Amino acid sequence: MMRPPEAESFFADSRKAVGDTDLRRKLEGAVGRHLEQVEIVAGAFPQYEQEKVAARRIKEEAISRLPELLEQLRRNLEAKGARVFFAGDAAEARNYIVDLGRKNAVKLAVKGKSMATEEIELNHALQGAGIEVVETDLGEYIVQLRGERPSHIITPAIHLSKEDVGKLFEQKLAAPYTNVPEELTVVARARLREKFLAADMGVVGANFAVAETGSIVLVENEGNGRLTTSLPEVVVAVMGIEKVIPRASDLSHFMEILGRTATGQKLTTYVNFVNGVRRAGELDGPRELHVVILDNGRSQMLADPVLREALYCLRCGACLNVCPVFRRIGGHAYGTTYPGPIGSIISPSLVHEGQAGHLAFASTLCGACKDICPVKIDIPRILLHLRWRATEGDIAVKWPQAAHRVRTGAKLTARLFAAPSLMRALSRAASVLLRPFARDGYLSWLPPPFNGWTQSRDFPLFGGTGNRVAGAKSAPVEAGNTGSGPTGSRDAGQRHDPEAHETEQAHQ
Amino acid sequence: MAEIQLFAGCLAQTFFPQAGEAVQLVLGRLGLKVRRINDAFCCGQMAFNDGLRKEATTLARRLLGAVDPALPVVLPSGSCTAMIRVFYSDLLCGQPELAQMAQRIRPQVFEFSEYLTQVLKVTDVGARFESTVAYHPSCHLTRELRVTNGPLDLLKSVRGLSLREFEKSEECCGFGGLFSVKFPHISAAMLEDKIARVSASGAKTLVSCDLGCLMHIGGGLHRRRLGIETRHLAEVLAGR
Repeated sequence: MMRPPEAESFFADSRKAVGDTDLRRKLEGAVGRHLEQVEIVAGAFPQYEQEKVAARRIKEEAISRLPELLEQLRRNLEAKGARVFFAGDAAEARNYIVDLGRKNAVKLAVKGKSMATEEIELNHALQGAGIEVVETDLGEYIVQLRGERPSHIITPAIHLSKEDVGKLFEQKLAAPYTNVPEELTVVARARLREKFLAADMGVVGANFAVAETGSIVLVENEGNGRLTTSLPEVVVAVMGIEKVIPRASDLSHFMEILGRTATGQKLTTYVNFVNGVRRAGELDGPRELHVVILDNGRSQMLADPVLREALYCLRCGACLNVCPVFRRIGGHAYGTTYPGPIGSIISPSLVHEGQAGHLAFASTLCGACKDICPVKIDIPRILLHLRWRATEGDIAVKWPQAAHRVRTGAKLTARLFAAPSLMRALSRAASVLLRPFARDGYLSWLPPPFNGWTQSRDFPLFGGTGNRVAGAKSAPVEAGNTGSGPTGSRDAGQRHDPEAHETEQAHQ
Repeated sequence: MAEIQLFAGCLAQTFFPQAGEAVQLVLGRLGLKVRRINDAFCCGQMAFNDGLRKEATTLARRLLGAVDPALPVVLPSGSCTAMIRVFYSDLLCGQPELAQMAQRIRPQVFEFSEYLTQVLKVTDVGARFESTVAYHPSCHLTRELRVTNGPLDLLKSVRGLSLREFEKSEECCGFGGLFSVKFPHISAAMLEDKIARVSASGAKTLVSCDLGCLMHIGGGLHRRRLGIETRHLAEVLAGR
């Protein structure tokens, strides 16, 4: 089972991750190649921006009509012989699927790639009921063999190198060692074929669910989603309530952008439509099709006018790839099912209260996520919203002591900032008092709670680092002359009161 | 004579007075009368970004009260400009009177390079600055204000200046305000990469339009004694 994502463990795990140069090299390599490809493919598609806008509009519509569309989806799924179960939380969804396994005497379940089933920790529950579970997406298969969780939404084994996989297959599958990706794929493929043929249950997620037609749409590259939904007698699709879209024609827009942003492909290799149970005369398809529609905190997001935008997410994973924080710490350090920027905004709603709220603060708000998002989710704005809610106590965060002190210090500083004259006087005093400890206008030590800064950086001396502007009438406060700047420092050392030049016209 | 207001912000008023001075000098040389806003200290971004909306609102109220809505406001900071122009509407949504004041000044608030290139339509201010320079495009300037080419055009017109590109220049430096002290290990990892790339460019001066980034990267460069100095764009443009 997953540990609750608490602040304390995030600090410990992310600290470990940034120190792991091997992990950082693998991440930077994989993510870098990925982004290059995305740039090439998106750059060669002039309608990209237009399609993003169209996709965004559809998501806005779908989320604003959610109850009605879910009802339409249910009706149309049932008309095709599927059974629909609305699960309020993860436990309800898990129990439904485990019961289904028991009722059908399932021994082996194969799974297509699905973050929703990660979210409800389905594998653990099925195994607890004596059912063997095999992940069939190659990346998921790899992390399952390692007993890990996926570290990325679409590339679950992004934290591993081909050598790591070679060693894993040697150890767990007794395959001869190789680091050639094609050979490794052949090894996995042979094992997985046996599992597909023997499986009595298939479990998948859903990229989209079309209300109008009652279709579950699966976008993938390995054909495992197709096998998982067409071979086993019982098939279950697990989807969040936000996956419903109104019309089949809407897919044309999503197909143009999803592959491009997610994997840098014009279109994924497979786009599967699951349309009900096997009909008379058909050779494949399930005898029973179940669709589990999962809330698990999503209505809570829906009810929040700022947070509801997070429900537009297509789970393309692009925000992880561009995130400078994700690129330094990887997915596992987040401790949540969904890592990276999107995970930081949805996790507080998806997990129990008092957990994951700290993640909203673990961002520089640089905005790279917002720029790449195919449905233009304003992630920084949502992060700011969650920070505010955490401050108000709506989301509990158990800050470690050091971080808590920073927040207290910030609050005090903000109050001082409300008194400009006092602040200027304090700056001048600090400048004089600290000058003996400064070197070239920088301090190399700060007291707690701001000592985190000086662990790796020097801090500028109050009143200026000594750089001067050539031609400026006067220097603002007394400052040491470093003589290092190319513009010289001829005015250094003069006393000056900044409040004296209220209105000053600089010389021509 | 046209008149503008200069709001230097908390970082300039505390640590980098030369940035405010330089803005004043450059705009003065272009024939503008520059009035400094001294009755406010901070736009409130630091507090707002940490969820401290009450404290941020107090600071916003103070600033809005100090601004003459009839005159443009110029700031030597992309992130403070973004705070006022983009985020004040979120911060002040529960305070109609303040929100209205913010709304009124919004079209008049400009980041320094933006004011030069987009309002005054100037790219050559007659500056001279002898150095090899790398430019760090700060996040809020780039992705909230969409100011991208202006600062580069200004730098290209500076005599004696040789501009160097560096790899992944648009990636965040890891400052993020309180992020840098709350998550110092992640911030430091980002800074380390930024410094390695700047350093590999062979630049001797790193220029940006945001003092937060400059404080962060400058502090990292100084700690490593790499001999690369940091300058606000205005300081470079003030060079003669």
